[in-house]
Amino acid sequence: MKGKETAESREGTTDNLWGMYINLLYVIVLSVILLFVYMAVRTDIDSYLNRKIYSAEELAAFQQEAEARERSRVAEMNWDKVVDGIHIRTGLHDDENLQIIIGTCTSCHSAKLITQNSASRDGWKSMIRWMQETQGLGQLGKNEPVVLDYLAKYYAPVETGRRKTLDMAEIEWYELDGE
Amino acid sequence: MSDKSKHKLVKNRRDFVKKSIMVSVASFVGLPVVFAKNFPEGLIPAGILDGTLPPGLIGKSDKLIVLNDKPINAETPAHFLDDALTPNDLFFVRNNGIPPVKVNIEKWTLTIEGEAAQSSKTYTLSELKTKFKQYSYNLTLECGGNGRSEFYPPAKGNQWSTGAVGCAKWTGVRLADVLKDVGFTSKAVYIGYYGADTHLSGDPTKEPISRGVPIQKALEDECLIAWSMNDKDLPVLNGYPLRLVIGGYPASASGKWLNKIVIRDKVHDGQKMKAPAYRLPCDPVAPGTKVKDANMCIIENMPVKSLITYPKTGAMISKGDKVEVRGKSWTAAEQVDKVEVSIDFGESWIACKLEKSANRYAWQPYSVQIDFPKKGYYEVWARATDTEGRKQPMVLPGWNPKGYLNNACHRIAVKVQ
Repeated sequence: MKGKETAESREGTTDNLWGMYINLLYVIVLSVILLFVYMAVRTDIDSYLNRKIYSAEELAAFQQEAEARERSRVAEMNWDKVVDGIHIRTGLHDDENLQIIIGTCTSCHSAKLITQNSASRDGWKSMIRWMQETQGLGQLGKNEPVVLDYLAKYYAPVETGRRKTLDMAEIEWYELDGE
Repeated sequence: MSDKSKHKLVKNRRDFVKKSIMVSVASFVGLPVVFAKNFPEGLIPAGILDGTLPPGLIGKSDKLIVLNDKPINAETPAHFLDDALTPNDLFFVRNNGIPPVKVNIEKWTLTIEGEAAQSSKTYTLSELKTKFKQYSYNLTLECGGNGRSEFYPPAKGNQWSTGAVGCAKWTGVRLADVLKDVGFTSKAVYIGYYGADTHLSGDPTKEPISRGVPIQKALEDECLIAWSMNDKDLPVLNGYPLRLVIGGYPASASGKWLNKIVIRDKVHDGQKMKAPAYRLPCDPVAPGTKVKDANMCIIENMPVKSLITYPKTGAMISKGDKVEVRGKSWTAAEQVDKVEVSIDFGESWIACKLEKSANRYAWQPYSVQIDFPKKGYYEVWARATDTEGRKQPMVLPGWNPKGYLNNACHRIAVKVQ
C-alpha cells in the first residue's frame, strides 16, 4: 500500500511540475503578447505623455492660418482673378471698366477676338459698326466711349513695317542632331 | 501682351476647355466626373460624340493653337504639318458659328434648289453614297486669312500665323455629278451652300456663313461633296457628316455641315459673300487705305505658297552637320513647279527635290539637304514657284483691308555652333 502511495505521490509531484511548466509558459506567452502590445502603442503613449499643450495664442494662430488657406483657395477659384494686369478668366487687360467690356463684348464672342487683334480707336469703332450692321449688336449708348477708350488703350497696333523680324523671344531653341 | 503670357493663356485656355468639357459631362450625367484632371487628352466622353453634349475642341489635338473659342478657331504649328496628309486631329479649324450638336446621319439630307436649278431634289446620305460614283482626292484647304497676323496696319479677324492650312484625302461624290442630276439652266452663274451650324448670337434667322463658287469652278472634277477625311468620318469641327471640299479656293468656299446647295442666276449673296468679307481691293491700294465696298472683289484662286515643316524653328546644330529641310508647297495653278530655300536671307537660292502631286490642289512635299558653311545665326526661307510662273514674295504681298492672301515665304531660325 505504502509503495503504491509513494508511486501515487510521486505521480502527483510530476503533475505539479507539469502544471508549473504550463503556468510558466502562460506567463512567457502573456509577457510576449504584452511586449508586442506595448511596442505597438508605445509611440502613442509617448506622444500622449509628451503632448504639447497649446496656448490660446497658438490656437488662435492656427485658426488664422486655416482661414488664410481657405481665403487663398477661394481666391484661386476667384472668377475675376487678375495676375500681372491680366484678367485670368478672359485674358483681357485689367481696368476699372473691365466688367463693362466683359458684359458688352463677350456675350456674343470670345475675348480672344479682342486680345488677338489690335487697332486704333477708329479701327475699333469700325469693328463695332460692322457688328451692329451685320451681327445683330445693339446700340452701346454711354458705354461706347468707355469701350473704345479701353480698346484703344490696351489693344493699339504696333508698327511692324513691311515684314517683321522673327521674334527671338518666341523661339524655343533646341539641340538638333544633323548628319 | 508678351508672347510668354500669350502662351500661358493658351495653356490656361486649354485647361479651361478641358475642365469645361468635364463640367458639361458632369452636368449632363448628373454626377461629377471623378479625376477629371486625369482624364486622358483626346479621349472624349461618349456624351459629346453622340451629340448630347456641346462640342469644345472635340476630336482635336492639344497641339493646335487656339486663336478663338467662340467660335472655335485653331491653327496647326508648321512643324506639325510634316505628315504627307494632315491627320484629322491636327487639321486646322475655322468656324464662323456654332457646329450642330445633334447629328442624326439617318435623317441628314442635302437639298439642291435655286433659281437656275431645273428641279429641287433632296438626297439622304445613303442616296448620295449609292446613287453617284465615289471619288477620293488629296485636297489642300487653306483659310483665305492665313498669315493675317503679319499685316501692318493690322487687319481685324482671327490673327492666323501660318497654320490655317492642311491637306487631307477627301472622299465623296463630285459636286458636278449631283448638280447635273438635279439639272441647271444656262442662267446658272454661281452655287451657294448652307450648313447646319448656327449663328453666334443664337438668332436662328441668321446664317453664320453661306458662301459659294462660280458654276464653272463647281463643275471641276476635284470639287467634292465629301463625308470622309483620311478614310474616317469628318471630324465634328470640320463639318461632320457632310461638307463641300473646293480645292484652290479660300477654304470658306468649302461649306461644312452641308444641308443645302442653291444654284443661283447671280453671284450668291449669302453671309460673308458681300464686301469686305473674303474680298480684295479690285485695284491694289497703299497700306492702310480705306476701300469702298464697291471696290472690293471676291477672292477666287489662292496664291502659290509653301511651309517649312522640318526642322521646327529654333534648331541648334553642330558645325559640319548636314540638316534635311523639308516642307509642303501648294497652288491653285496646275502644279508647283519648283521650291527653293535660302539660308542667306534671299541672296542665293538652293533648289529642292519636289514631288509631283497625285492630283490638282494636293500639296506637294519638297526636301533638300542643307550644309551650313560656318557658325552663326541663320534663317531658312522657302519659296515656291508654280507652273504659271508665280513666286512667293519675301516681304508681305499687297496690303488689303481684311488681311487676306499673305503668301510671303515662310522663315525658320537655325543656329550653328
